[in-house]
Amino acid sequence: MVSRPHTSVGVAVAVAAASALVLAACGSGASADSGSSAGNGSSGSGSITVYNAQHESLTQEWVDAFTKQTGIKVTVRNGSDTELSNQIVQEGEASPADVFLTENSPAMTQVENAGLFADVDKATLDQVPAGFRPSTGKWTGIAARSTVLVYDKRKVQENQLPASMLDLAKPEWKGRWAASPSGADFQAIVSALLELKGEAATNEWLTAMKTNAKVYKGNSTAMKAVNSGEVETALIYHYYFYGDQAKTGENSVNVGTHYFKNQDPGAFVSVSGGGVLTSSKNAAAAQSLLRFITGKAGQEVLQKGTSFEYAIASDVPANPALVPLKDLQAPTVDPAKLNSATVTDLMTKAGLL
Amino acid sequence: MTTNLTAPGADRATGTGTAPTPGPGTRPGPAPGRRRPPVLAVIAVLIALFSLMPLGYVIAMTVATGWDTAVGLIFRARVGELLLNTILLMLVSVPLCLVLGVGGAWLVERTRLRGNKLWALALAAPLAIPAFVNSYGWVSAVPSLAGLWSGVLISVLSYFPLVYIPAAATLSRLDPSLEESAASLGLGPWQVFRRVVLPQLRLAMTGGALLVGLHLLAEYGAFAMVRFDTFTTAIMVQYQSTFNGAAGNMLASVLVVLCLLLLVAEVRSRGTARYSRIGSGGQAAPGRMPLGRLHVPAQLALLLLVVLAVGVPMWFVLRWLVLGGSEIWAPDELVPALLQTLLYGMAGAAATTLVAFPMAFLAVRRTSWFTRSLELSNYVTSSMPGIVVGLAFVTVSIRFLPALYQTSVVLVAAYVLLFLPRALVSLRSGLAQAPRELEEAAQALGVRPFLAFVRVTLRLTAPAAAGGAALVFLAIVNELTATLLLSPNGTRTLATEFWAKSSEIDYAGAAPYALLMVVLSAPMTYLLFQQSKKAAGQ
Repeated sequence: MVSRPHTSVGVAVAVAAASALVLAACGSGASADSGSSAGNGSSGSGSITVYNAQHESLTQEWVDAFTKQTGIKVTVRNGSDTELSNQIVQEGEASPADVFLTENSPAMTQVENAGLFADVDKATLDQVPAGFRPSTGKWTGIAARSTVLVYDKRKVQENQLPASMLDLAKPEWKGRWAASPSGADFQAIVSALLELKGEAATNEWLTAMKTNAKVYKGNSTAMKAVNSGEVETALIYHYYFYGDQAKTGENSVNVGTHYFKNQDPGAFVSVSGGGVLTSSKNAAAAQSLLRFITGKAGQEVLQKGTSFEYAIASDVPANPALVPLKDLQAPTVDPAKLNSATVTDLMTKAGLL
Repeated sequence: MTTNLTAPGADRATGTGTAPTPGPGTRPGPAPGRRRPPVLAVIAVLIALFSLMPLGYVIAMTVATGWDTAVGLIFRARVGELLLNTILLMLVSVPLCLVLGVGGAWLVERTRLRGNKLWALALAAPLAIPAFVNSYGWVSAVPSLAGLWSGVLISVLSYFPLVYIPAAATLSRLDPSLEESAASLGLGPWQVFRRVVLPQLRLAMTGGALLVGLHLLAEYGAFAMVRFDTFTTAIMVQYQSTFNGAAGNMLASVLVVLCLLLLVAEVRSRGTARYSRIGSGGQAAPGRMPLGRLHVPAQLALLLLVVLAVGVPMWFVLRWLVLGGSEIWAPDELVPALLQTLLYGMAGAAATTLVAFPMAFLAVRRTSWFTRSLELSNYVTSSMPGIVVGLAFVTVSIRFLPALYQTSVVLVAAYVLLFLPRALVSLRSGLAQAPRELEEAAQALGVRPFLAFVRVTLRLTAPAAAGGAALVFLAIVNELTATLLLSPNGTRTLATEFWAKSSEIDYAGAAPYALLMVVLSAPMTYLLFQQSKKAAGQ
């Protein structure tokens, strides 16, 4: 009996030691298993970590081809544009990411403004036309996508569709259009609207949208809803339509596409970006990934693959199924000026987030 | 989200709790505070402090946001909408779960229902289907599902077993003499049920209702898929737009307040009446009522329930598997996801059991105000949704623990915190049943105290520990929200991979992951079902 406290002490120590061991073991075990660079400091050569907000399948195609060509191992962390940009900003110099890829440019601008992007190699920039990258050279465009209004061909005629995206705020469009406001895609469209028409007009449009729009999670879900007759139209990006058509068409067989053109805010063409972080411990490999993506092989993934995003660099033409970029009459927007924080605030204020 | 069966209240509900009645051979615990082992106590306090971290995070963030901004972000129309959605969901789903859970339990346990053993298991089976897989099945069946009623449909079908299991366990061991007395005093069968049986089910019902409520607050995937917005889905949307921005944090603080209110409500509605029997005299098996004309309708109702809750989701998982053909079985994606899920499940289960041990030990062997306050902290923690724990851990590790940031240690720690109660409930009852006299006898025979503990008590506790660990494993396999936020770079689990694919409406591609989750969950659900029967039987 006298020795009872010792028993407990012994047990406690054993338990503590054992749990520490298990935690440590599963720590190393799991990260070894994931084959990653363990997040903190790659083991020197041959591996990089990509924070990826692009479609997982597209980035996987790029990364697989890149690894095959160079032998550099790539670990991908998937997330959405501004989730990952905010994460990078908070991680600061300690960020485990070497490369950041997005679907839209506002998130790139945010990281650039935080001073966390290294200069992109000149060889990479030379592959990309000036209109698809910021003049600062801190990041580069890697692909492009166009805004489009998809509509239910059974219910609406092309000539009944709005001439401008701004018309969707009118009362007659109440309940007749869908969008995915939680997505970076839609938020990029709003950032273009903000840049083109100013804060007051954007606020007004978003407030109207809260009443008028049916909210879906994800562009593909919104298009599916149009196809099934749940809602007449949806404001999304173009490639969801072409991607589905190329597969089975089961979610787009009743869907038509309406490009606003005319330099309308709704004709906005969004630039997907890529950049190398100053915190990268393997900057050479990181730069070579960007060079690969903007190079011929990387752009041909866009041209010939299943992503249906626009190729923009190394003179690789867009997928022939798409409306050529120059015919889209997109408004001129400096990607470096698109602001994500104000957009999130305005959308939170409008009750969309 | 996950099916957190043994969150607060489950111990009371299933009767596997602190075992207040000393069994033969156990003597009353020592006076409070006597010979409290300091090291163990220190460890337990540290664990308790650690487990309060999410609550601390929410409070700290609310303070850091500043009064004006916080008020602006909390008192806005959007929060009102979410609050309305959440309250309506609770008001409709919780009573429906109670009706289905208690009704099902009564049919199975107290009537001459044909095939009642089979039905008993079938009604627990929905627990093996994660709510977001259920949602996926239903959205495949009815693509236009959206809004409150869809949320109600999915949550009731997924969560009614949380009421059914404890209710069935309680019903199966009710003392029939009470009902017989009531009947002999002239009450009809319905009145006996209402005035005698139902009050005795009170703890099972309040405990089960609390669990359902907490799941409703914490669920993400299932509601996101049917476009029903709750606080958890809205926090996730904010997270995807701002990482850990102020608006998301303020939504999290409202969510935490709701969880705490639910805890208080449950404590209040538990009541003070005693339902236990004094002494353990011989007990007849409870009588079973003939169903007569109602037999066929009862069978049909149960069949309908099981078809809706299990048949529909499983049919569509299988249908997508067939439609997808061989190309959806990509081994280079499936195998790593399966392995990592198994690895995290086992690591999390082991760590949770180990961490739970000091607390369970103190709770059983050293009952005092001190251990009770430790339990209270644990009780509060167990109500924290995965999204809040995820936000807290990602923020704290990024700011204060850079060496651990984005490592599996943080994710396992989150699992420990989320699922600690499951391991605790099980371990506590196991320890309570291991008489310390046996350990002392071993010592008297010359075995060193530590060895005596290991050889005797630890061995006797092992089955209970394994049961608890299995439940933690089940929870981890199906965990989505915290895993999405905290996974190390490159890590994919079955749940996150399923989610990634179904979010891109690649329903066929998601099907193998859904199937694997169900296959992994099924034996655990069976185990849980068996455990509840055993717990009720003792």
